[in-house]
Amino acid sequence: MRKKSLQLVSVTRVISVLLACMLLVTFSVSAGPAAKDQSKAVSKDVQDGKKVAFSRKKGNCLACHMMAGGEAPGNIAPPLIVMKSRFPDIKKLRAQIWDAVVRNPESSMPPFGRHRIISEKEIDQVTAYIWSL
Amino acid sequence: MKKLLLLLSVLVMVMGFSLAVHASPEEDRLVFRKFYEKRFPNVATEDFINGAYSIDKAGRENWEAIEEFPPYEPFMERGREMWEKPFANGKGYKECFPDGPGVAHKYPHWDKKQQMVMTLPLAINQCREANGEKALKYKKGSINDILSYMAFESRGQITNVVVPKNDSSALDAYEQGKKFYYTRRGQLNFSCAHCHLQNAGMNLRAEMLGPALGHTTHWPTYRSKWGTVGTLHRRFTGCNKQVRAKPFKAQGEEYRNLEYFLTYMSNGLPLNGPGARK
Ligand code: HEC
Ligand code: HEC
Repeated sequence: MRKKSLQLVSVTRVISVLLACMLLVTFSVSAGPAAKDQSKAVSKDVQDGKKVAFSRKKGNCLACHMMAGGEAPGNIAPPLIVMKSRFPDIKKLRAQIWDAVVRNPESSMPPFGRHRIISEKEIDQVTAYIWSL
Repeated sequence: MKKLLLLLSVLVMVMGFSLAVHASPEEDRLVFRKFYEKRFPNVATEDFINGAYSIDKAGRENWEAIEEFPPYEPFMERGREMWEKPFANGKGYKECFPDGPGVAHKYPHWDKKQQMVMTLPLAINQCREANGEKALKYKKGSINDILSYMAFESRGQITNVVVPKNDSSALDAYEQGKKFYYTRRGQLNFSCAHCHLQNAGMNLRAEMLGPALGHTTHWPTYRSKWGTVGTLHRRFTGCNKQVRAKPFKAQGEEYRNLEYFLTYMSNGLPLNGPGARK
């Protein structure tokens, strides 16, 4: 059963990657100067978020998740890819990072917000970065 | 039906509801064992005494090479000398352990008189103190020498922890240990079971999480990371620290009860200490 749903997930993943690419193309063509400024601010968060996510002392997400560009990842948790399609609502993504136990009481993912493993600001940054994946 | 029940109880255990279910230690043990046998159908049950190397092919080759020249041998040798050498009062370990050094399989056990779980390191220190010698430290140092020697002399003996039925405090101690095992702790919020049950066989970064079945058969253990031989309670300390939890006292009540529960889970498995791990 698990295998089947995994396959399903991977099919939807492929589709969403394709969709995401198409969207990207449209956006980059149509984005005006205002949009560019905003994307600069966003990309600063994304950059900082990547540092938090990769640092062993902070997020250490690689202990469990495969992430693009990360070395020697664990395989306890699902790979973090095409996140916008899995979390259309970024608030839900932030909530998962803040306390995974809400969604899955038996989760082995540390409650980064509830246990103050990283700061609220760092959670915002990580969320922005993960959402960009 | 029986299969279904078993599956259910395994599920219950993995989901961490085991505390709500009042099973006997023997029922707990069967569920525990079946869980790993099901998850790793290609591993012979006895091979779980080799920890992560029972399921990690690459790690195993490296380990087998290490075992060619066992790094714990000098410790065993020093331990043999300790065993032979009388204390200042003329007596020695031999008087405290009249059945000889190969008695690791008799520990931990419920000590009715002292109303507590008796472990081998504690028995060694009680022996020393009764004879006017200073107690040894419980995590590092020469306690590992004597333990290495006694572990080696106990190889092949079978784990056989008993929770006596006629003393409810013994069952309480077992239940405390079990509760400890399934309780989340530390800033990172893990229970022992999260890593060694739920995620056994998975990789935490590049480290394969080993099955808990067989976790108690090979102590003390030489760890390359430590560069020396260390006790089981030293390992407990490390696993607590890993999740940023405050570790408990080596040979304190919490860890002794934990050892009681965890060793019971390995009943039936042969002893193979001292061990070597990366
Ligand atoms: C020790 C393991 C572990 C660590 C460390 C960890 N996670 Fe997770 N994560 C999980 C597990 C297991 C899941 C699967 C769902 C669950 O059990 O909560 C998960 C699920 C997720 C999901 C949901 C994925 C989906 O598609 O449903 C997101 C997003 C996520 N993690 C982000 C992160 C981020 C960001 C970090 C680091 C800041 C992180 N995780 C660190 C174990 C971990
Ligand atoms: C965050 C993950 C994690 C948690 C939580 C954890 N451990 Fe471990 N433990 C490990 C890793 C990684 C190793 C080394 C690889 C292995 O042997 O599994 C290990 C090794 C061990 C070993 C040595 C195994 C051997 O073959 O020599 C024992 C015993 C052990 N753990 C017991 C415990 C106990 C008891 C707890 C709870 C108090 C616990 N662990 C909690 C990750 C964890």
